[in-house]
Amino acid sequence: MEKSGSVDSVESLVKAGQSKRYYSVNVSVELGTSLSSCALISCSSVCRSTKTPVKANFLFCQRNWFRIPVFVVLYYIDFCTSSILMVLKYVFIVCVSTAKDVTYICPFVGPVRGSLTVTNYRLFFRCTDREPVFGLDLPLGVLSRVEKIGAATSRGDVSYGLACKDMRNLRFVHKEPEDSLKKSVFEVLMKFAFPVSNNMSLFAFEYKQVFPENGWRVYDPLAEYKRQGLPKESWRISKVNDHYELCDSYPAALVVPVTITDEELRRISSFRAKGRIPVLSWIHPESQAAVVRASQPMVGQNGRRCKEDEKLLQAIMDANAQSHKIFIFDARPSVNAAANKMKGGGYESEDAYQNAELVFLDIHNIHVMRESQRKLKEVVYPNIEDSHWLSNLESTHWLEHIKLILAGALRIADKVESGKTSVVVHCSDGWDRTPQLTSLALIMLDSHYRTIRGFQILLEKEWLSFGHRFQQRVGHGDKNHTDADRSPIFLQFIDCVWQMTRQFPAAFEFNEYFLITILDQLYSCLFGTFLCNSEQQRLKEEVPKHTVSLWSFVNSQLEEFVNPLYVHYPSHVLFPTVGIRHLQLWVTYYIRWNPRMRPQEPVHQRYKELLAKRAELQKRVEELQREAANRTASSSSERAGSPTRSITPVQTFV
Amino acid sequence: MLSLGSVGAKSTKPSFVSYVTPEEIKLEKEPPKIEKHPDLLPGEVEFCCANPILKYTQDDMSQRGIFGTLFCTNFRVTFISDEKSQEETTKTFKNKLYGENDIPLMCVDHIYGVYDEKKKLITGGLVKNKYPSKMIIHCKDLRVFQFCLTFTKEEDAKKIFQGIAHHCLEERSLKCVFAFSYSGTPSPEMQRKWETILFDSPEDWTQEMKRTRANCRLVTENENFELSQRLPKYFVIPSALGDLFSYQGKGFPIWCWSHHSGCALFKASLPPVTQEDGDFQKHLDIMLNAVAHNYLYSAKTEDLSESLPTIQDIQQSYNKFKQFFLIENSTDFWLSDVKWFSSLESSGWLDIIRQCLQKAVEVVECLEKDNTNVLITEEEGTDLCCVISSLVQIMLDPYYRTLMGFQSLVQKEWVAGCHAFLDRCNHLHQKDKECHSPVFLLFLECVWQLVQQHSPAFQFSETYLTVLSDSVDVPVFSTFLFNSAHHRESVMKAESPLAQSSPLSCPTVWDWSVQFDSKAQNFFFNPLYSEKVKHEKAVRKAHKPKHQRQLSLPSTAFKPPSKKGFFKDETDSLKKILRVKRLSRWMGSPDSPAATTRGFYESWKQRPLDYHGLLLPCLDGPAVRVWMQRYLRWIPEVHIMGGGSVAVMTKLMELLSQVQDLKRVLEQRDSSQAVKLDHRPYIQHRLLSFGSSGRLSSSFPFAYSRNRSFKPIIPTGLMQSLMVTDSLASQEDEASSFVSLV
Repeated sequence: MEKSGSVDSVESLVKAGQSKRYYSVNVSVELGTSLSSCALISCSSVCRSTKTPVKANFLFCQRNWFRIPVFVVLYYIDFCTSSILMVLKYVFIVCVSTAKDVTYICPFVGPVRGSLTVTNYRLFFRCTDREPVFGLDLPLGVLSRVEKIGAATSRGDVSYGLACKDMRNLRFVHKEPEDSLKKSVFEVLMKFAFPVSNNMSLFAFEYKQVFPENGWRVYDPLAEYKRQGLPKESWRISKVNDHYELCDSYPAALVVPVTITDEELRRISSFRAKGRIPVLSWIHPESQAAVVRASQPMVGQNGRRCKEDEKLLQAIMDANAQSHKIFIFDARPSVNAAANKMKGGGYESEDAYQNAELVFLDIHNIHVMRESQRKLKEVVYPNIEDSHWLSNLESTHWLEHIKLILAGALRIADKVESGKTSVVVHCSDGWDRTPQLTSLALIMLDSHYRTIRGFQILLEKEWLSFGHRFQQRVGHGDKNHTDADRSPIFLQFIDCVWQMTRQFPAAFEFNEYFLITILDQLYSCLFGTFLCNSEQQRLKEEVPKHTVSLWSFVNSQLEEFVNPLYVHYPSHVLFPTVGIRHLQLWVTYYIRWNPRMRPQEPVHQRYKELLAKRAELQKRVEELQREAANRTASSSSERAGSPTRSITPVQTFV
Repeated sequence: MLSLGSVGAKSTKPSFVSYVTPEEIKLEKEPPKIEKHPDLLPGEVEFCCANPILKYTQDDMSQRGIFGTLFCTNFRVTFISDEKSQEETTKTFKNKLYGENDIPLMCVDHIYGVYDEKKKLITGGLVKNKYPSKMIIHCKDLRVFQFCLTFTKEEDAKKIFQGIAHHCLEERSLKCVFAFSYSGTPSPEMQRKWETILFDSPEDWTQEMKRTRANCRLVTENENFELSQRLPKYFVIPSALGDLFSYQGKGFPIWCWSHHSGCALFKASLPPVTQEDGDFQKHLDIMLNAVAHNYLYSAKTEDLSESLPTIQDIQQSYNKFKQFFLIENSTDFWLSDVKWFSSLESSGWLDIIRQCLQKAVEVVECLEKDNTNVLITEEEGTDLCCVISSLVQIMLDPYYRTLMGFQSLVQKEWVAGCHAFLDRCNHLHQKDKECHSPVFLLFLECVWQLVQQHSPAFQFSETYLTVLSDSVDVPVFSTFLFNSAHHRESVMKAESPLAQSSPLSCPTVWDWSVQFDSKAQNFFFNPLYSEKVKHEKAVRKAHKPKHQRQLSLPSTAFKPPSKKGFFKDETDSLKKILRVKRLSRWMGSPDSPAATTRGFYESWKQRPLDYHGLLLPCLDGPAVRVWMQRYLRWIPEVHIMGGGSVAVMTKLMELLSQVQDLKRVLEQRDSSQAVKLDHRPYIQHRLLSFGSSGRLSSSFPFAYSRNRSFKPIIPTGLMQSLMVTDSLASQEDEASSFVSLV
């Protein structure tokens, strides 16, 4: 981290762009001594002509020492809310490479010429020949692949393509720099887009923004179990995994039935895949039906059994007096579950587990999901074939997978709510399909998880502490884009949540922008929240100490993420409709890069206007009432004489 | 127990046989034998009835149902339950003419009979002595009724089945339509309360010309249909057109609407050209000439039958499309859910909607951007011409996005414009399939697309459109009953009881109080509508809506339009004087219309959106959607309990009512405002008590709560959906043991 220089003056407003968002200004800057030649600096200032405070902006410096003519892009306040710019306000980002005269092959508007800047955090492209100003601005973390396309042409043009994790591909063409000393943009990209592959640390460890709230304190497992009203007589919080010895992908605090000892838990851990034993995830406040998660039992071809495991499931069932049955939901298709027996895994047999009913939920594995996402990207980016849109969409199976996941969660929620029965959910390892199902079921069952903070707790609990392998599934900073461990499991979950917000527009405290922000920050590697594969790894890497939590950022500007239509129903269970007829493709996420598909004005915009209107009118009514009260007081003393009582005319049009 | 999800799914379709024998039923249902009769409307006559009839409930796969009596009257088929249902009385959105268990005869689409577990389509000829054990009625508003006839006496069953089949399927004469027997007294408030302009008098047309500042000529010569029986009584033509009687038998360019720049939209009927008929060519030239003279001597013409699907295509496509919503049981539902998207696509219905909107955008571009007069033609001039011209007017003129404006538009273009409703809707069950086509519905579908994309621009709600689409098949109103103005007048005269004095008067559909009380009518208004900010002075005047002038594109009227090379060799002389083009010539040219309008759309989209200015639809694949409310409202599997757009609407309505209350408080305080200036119908938004919205279903206000417990609908047949055949499915879940590809 270097100290940033100070900006002396914003000399003149050169031209006001057509677009609301951009202003171009030329400024001269006296730079501090320790500043490198190419830099991005941030500053705050006031736009002179309009007196609008400009919260965040940044400068492009050109290759001159000391007095540097810089190009500044000032962003309007409304744009400042974009996370990246908030970052710039405080953080000094080293600009590593700038290339002028680059052509961005935009699939929507055609080739655009401009300059391309790569920093250690992001890539910025600004066009120079087009009005309105056109720009690209993306964190390097979203890049999954950077490759040169074709050989350099005779004119010395190099062309390279960037495949992104957020459903787009970018293509740039530019001349190979003659200056051989200067690193090519390509090399710089390869280095900084994939820091993990280059033995560098992720940008999250450099980022030192300070927020009023510390997001790492959002989730406290003990407080959460207390909120759920965990009955002490039947459940206990075990310390057996305090040092992650029992299971390195599980959290430290585990909730198990009181009747099961830690010793028994240890034995069970050898029977469940990766030691992921059945532990409580949620308990119904009234019926005490529990949602329990686990991994597959290591039954194998010989039908191994584990006395303690059977006892544990029996104990889970007994903890709920309302039902004499327990449902085991295996997320996999039955064929796959059976195939797992060959590799030592499998599913609970009905002989061994009495009173248990096993249900397969037919959700496919990470590879099928990855392939579905790949097809979806083909269909939605860059161009949509209108006449075959629906059949193309169907051929990706994306919405069918969404349907299956939602249907599975619905069955779980139904058993818990309507059947008052405890359920055990597992897939193979219990860290992909299992968190999808449990967290969705929890959203359906518990309105707390539909609030902004509740949702954060849900993610921290079901996904992060229970070891969804974010590092592997997303491949943070890893250049191995063909890695078979990557899969859009978390994206699917967020998509499912979005489907529910569409079906119940007033039941969620957060809005669509909140969900999109989570997904964008999942890839950006700006925050530490989604780094590493497990709680243990995050502690080992001291992620909470060295990085900022996404929730620090989110909770510091909650108003951005609030759904104005939200109504809080305390104990209100949501049962979504899972028919494909009611599922939609999340156009505003998957097709957001297509300018034609941008929404024009969301409903809640109008709602916000009405809220403002109501507040205004209420104020006016109060004023008038006060006025009237004063007048009656005065007129009664005057002895109602004058009939021409002047009353302030009020304009009453909307 | 071990249950495999995929096994359960393969369960066979439920058979159509009831698992309960009649004897068992009789035991349960013996004592209360009170004869129940439907509350007949004035003029309604009961034909036949049968009891007990079992009406299956649609909710589940079991063969359960409700017992009751089935009636057939000259208005409807009605089922009256033996049990008294309470919901009926508490419903907020109740149709006064027909209820949940009533099917107006005109609304019956198809009847199926189940004979020995085989489902057969009943046509007029099939009704012999044999009656089916189960009768399935598909309605035009997409309801599905299933009645079991086996519990009643054989002769009653036969009678009711034959009665219903006869009245619903046999060809009949217009005289038998219930509207001519209906003698409902028009409510006092009806009289012009809604102020829909009916376009049945010269004044209406003059007013409309004045509003749009048109410079055309009103024709009154057809008052007694001497010019043509296919033309309206009054219509407007370009002022340059000469003696009308010399063109008798040929089409006229009929004025639809004038753009504020002065250019206008015309429509004309034009027989298809088979050979280069000199006479025809000459007539076309005269028409074009007259149109071009309207403004700046430029005109474009487009033969809609060349570029849009035919009315038969529309009919076929809709027939396929509606099948996906006529769901008889849950198993069918989940089976069809799997192939939902590709089925939708194969019907082509959404594509037809897209084509119509696309064409309308092309015409809008000519008017708005090029300021060229446009003449659209088609064989009859009353089908797709009506669709396109009405859509163009909605996109360009915010007046037509208000409720009154929209109703006036339907009157102007469709009712007075002589759309052949009787033939197209097949109200009389004619065997001739050629002329049936849901053209008007297609128009409403297109409007719905606009409404859902730009909700705040419309004063009316999607519920209004749904109700309007249903009302076409309610045989009480005269609005949609006739083929033309002449037809209407001659029939009305002939059917009048006092043939000499005055013609019969049927209510128009716009008198919504015939169907709904004022509370229910509030659902027609869109709480999101952003009303135009008017100053108080303007409010007084703006009672007659004015043409909006803002937000027009820079006028390019005095530049020759930039597009080259699409000149149609009309005649040499014309080519010299006029810039006459044929729109359809753009087809096949390098930049297809889609590409050119794309640019138009994008430049429009870049400007800030003004709900009171030009409105264009997005036509990309994901943007054209299924009209969920209309098509899914009766299917219990897709009802979202406590969710759906109603949740948003109730909140908005609540807030709006608070705003209005506050405003009223302010108004009352202001004694100088004793005269109420606000003329628009006051909407009481508070009718939905907000606490209940948590229990409303997404199909509100249409679906009836069926006493269903608050339980989720668990899909069946999941496994069939995803036959992942590639090797990925069988790959190991954890890839660490999997050899990395790199």
